[in-house]
Amino acid sequence: MAFVAPKETYSGKVYNVNIGTGDKAISFGSENVLPFHSFEGAVPNKPLIAYEIQDVPPSDWPENVQKPYSSVSGDPVTWAKFCQDSLNAKAIALRLLGTHPDRENRSPEDAAKTVKDVLAAINIPLIILGSNHAEKDAPVLIAAAEVAKDKNCVIGKAQEANYKTIAAAAMANNHKLIAMSELDINLSKQLNILITQMGFDKERLITDPMCSALGYGLEYTYSVMERIRLAALTQNDLTMQPPMLADVGMYVWKIKETQAPESDVPQWGNAEERGIAWEAMTATALLMAGAELLIMRHPKAVEAVGKVIEELNA
Amino acid sequence: MALTGVEIFKLLPKTNCKKCGHPTCLAFAMKLAQRQATLDLCPDVSEDAKRILGEASAPPIRPITFGSGDKAVKMGEETVLFRHDKKFVNPCTLAIELKDSLSESDISKKLDEVLTSEIDRVGQKLRVDAIALTNASGDKGKFEAAAKLISSKASGVPVILSTTDPASAEAAVKLFTGKRPIIYGVNASNAEAMANIAKTEKAILGVVANGLDELSTLTEKIKSLGVEDMVIDSGARKAKDIVENNTLIRRAAIKKNFKPLGYPVINFVQREDSLYEALIAAVGITKFSSILVLISIEKWKNLAMFTLRQNIYTDPQVPMQVEQKIYKIGEPTAESPLTITTNFSLTYFIVSGEIENSKIPTRLAVMDCEGLSVLTAWAAGKFTASKIATFIKESGIENEVKHRELIIPGYVAIISGSIEEKLEGWKVTVGPREANGLPAFLKART
Repeated sequence: MAFVAPKETYSGKVYNVNIGTGDKAISFGSENVLPFHSFEGAVPNKPLIAYEIQDVPPSDWPENVQKPYSSVSGDPVTWAKFCQDSLNAKAIALRLLGTHPDRENRSPEDAAKTVKDVLAAINIPLIILGSNHAEKDAPVLIAAAEVAKDKNCVIGKAQEANYKTIAAAAMANNHKLIAMSELDINLSKQLNILITQMGFDKERLITDPMCSALGYGLEYTYSVMERIRLAALTQNDLTMQPPMLADVGMYVWKIKETQAPESDVPQWGNAEERGIAWEAMTATALLMAGAELLIMRHPKAVEAVGKVIEELNA
Repeated sequence: MALTGVEIFKLLPKTNCKKCGHPTCLAFAMKLAQRQATLDLCPDVSEDAKRILGEASAPPIRPITFGSGDKAVKMGEETVLFRHDKKFVNPCTLAIELKDSLSESDISKKLDEVLTSEIDRVGQKLRVDAIALTNASGDKGKFEAAAKLISSKASGVPVILSTTDPASAEAAVKLFTGKRPIIYGVNASNAEAMANIAKTEKAILGVVANGLDELSTLTEKIKSLGVEDMVIDSGARKAKDIVENNTLIRRAAIKKNFKPLGYPVINFVQREDSLYEALIAAVGITKFSSILVLISIEKWKNLAMFTLRQNIYTDPQVPMQVEQKIYKIGEPTAESPLTITTNFSLTYFIVSGEIENSKIPTRLAVMDCEGLSVLTAWAAGKFTASKIATFIKESGIENEVKHRELIIPGYVAIISGSIEEKLEGWKVTVGPREANGLPAFLKART
């Protein structure tokens, strides 16, 4: 029996999203096939990994992922420059965690100043994230979006409870926008529709179906991403065609497997390597499910996943 | 391709005799199409229909048991391309490569790693499943000696014997008689000799070719030589090629019912860098590998690979559940708060994660609600005041904590009063609706 390669053609395509300005601007998305299926279609861009930093020192991060940044993380500007210049970061994700009412409760003005200073120090694209406090994120991200006007940043995350103000700010200041919903393809679709109904261009959206860590619901994120991508490609569902974000670091570095010392769980092996592997493997699995933008923390995990991306495209 | 219910119906006697236990032939046909009934229930089906249905109902990817005894692993039998459609059936086998050029003590050390690799994770025992002995030395004597060492020290662990030399394969495979080993390295030039050995020794053949065309021709040839238990290697080594070939193989088998590629896939993902190897393994685990061969199996790496394999192979239609009990987060004392939620694993993971974030030592009572989340369980009558009261009373928690205060999820605030009625002496406090409100809630209490 002769073998005929069962190739597929898809009716849809993922939107191309370009972020940043100047010669360090970068694009992701734009493929018209399932992840890394260049044998049957076009895959013009590679997934992008952004290094996560925050406006306050990362005292909430486990020691093993604080360590690589111990000399720079006291100040977001130094930290951002370190990622760009020493780690060759292609993008940075600045999380304004200090604005959370349970944390330092920093004001939107303080946050805007941090954003301005970081932007002045780097030439790679910047992703600006709130503290995931739906109420507080609205004024914080408005201030941040204004101060970053025309820098073509990514602003996030817009959720059901606060999308109107955040989307309006992203639109007025020419930014891209992350729309996040909680692990449900229908909620994700609905939020994208609500945001585009405000007049926000769907080709400037990034979908965050909510990340989960390996062993902690990863299979849910994995399948929601696969289903979103299939809807985009096979059904040409325009509301499901924005590229997808996997906000990996935040979810991975809070679970037991990335923190418990080997002395507590000898059968789990070396804690530092385990943490790095946990972040890198979560990221790799989500790449296979369709993520195009990853936010990660540990330099060694970023490096290893970067190598995998190269090999998947080579 | 699998037949539809209507196509099957056309082949049945259409007498509606009910002898099969179904009200009509059509109902029976529908069950057959869903693989919930077998054709032998119908006493009147024609030989012709049996033949057509038999061919069509054979699983698109051949089921094969590799190894024997309690460490045997099942492979194949997959029916879908995407795990949200239906459960992926047989989790990918992880094998470690041992070169016969290694010293006896090095081999023994690796065997110990395999034998002690078992880890328990959410109730499942996970381990490195198999050993792949490769004839790196090119020497028959060394291959046989290493095989002997494996058969004595790691007896019971399924073995892949990797060599292109039939004489070496024959010498080694005799040490595993009755243990269903795989002879890997079967190609166009040694196929006859290898097939003869496999027939005599009841071994599985690991067939390798350069590309899918060549591979299809080769499996057809081996089948015609009388061996049907095969695992197949398309020659892909780079991640990109593994994705491409594994995808095309799975599609050809499932969507086209293309028999020459309807076998479990073996991928070699060896990389010197251990973390990098784990990530290429992750590509294989998500994209249809049935066997992955690795160089190293450190404990941290195993835990990550086992967990991913478990995640990908869980049944998407059955909610993952965690065990009903009172979990201690941090090191709670007799005064620490007591919270309660349901046993849907995602609920548990999110709630326990947020409690950990709060850094407030807390007890989390997880109640069996058949894997439903809080609101769904409440609506379904599984997370009710009387059931919660019974669970708390029977849990023995009253001997562990000094206080009598139970914190319930904000979504079920409505039942706080009735819990207090049924749980005598207890005070019920309504916690936040969403788990991410827990850190602030718990901190505010201290």
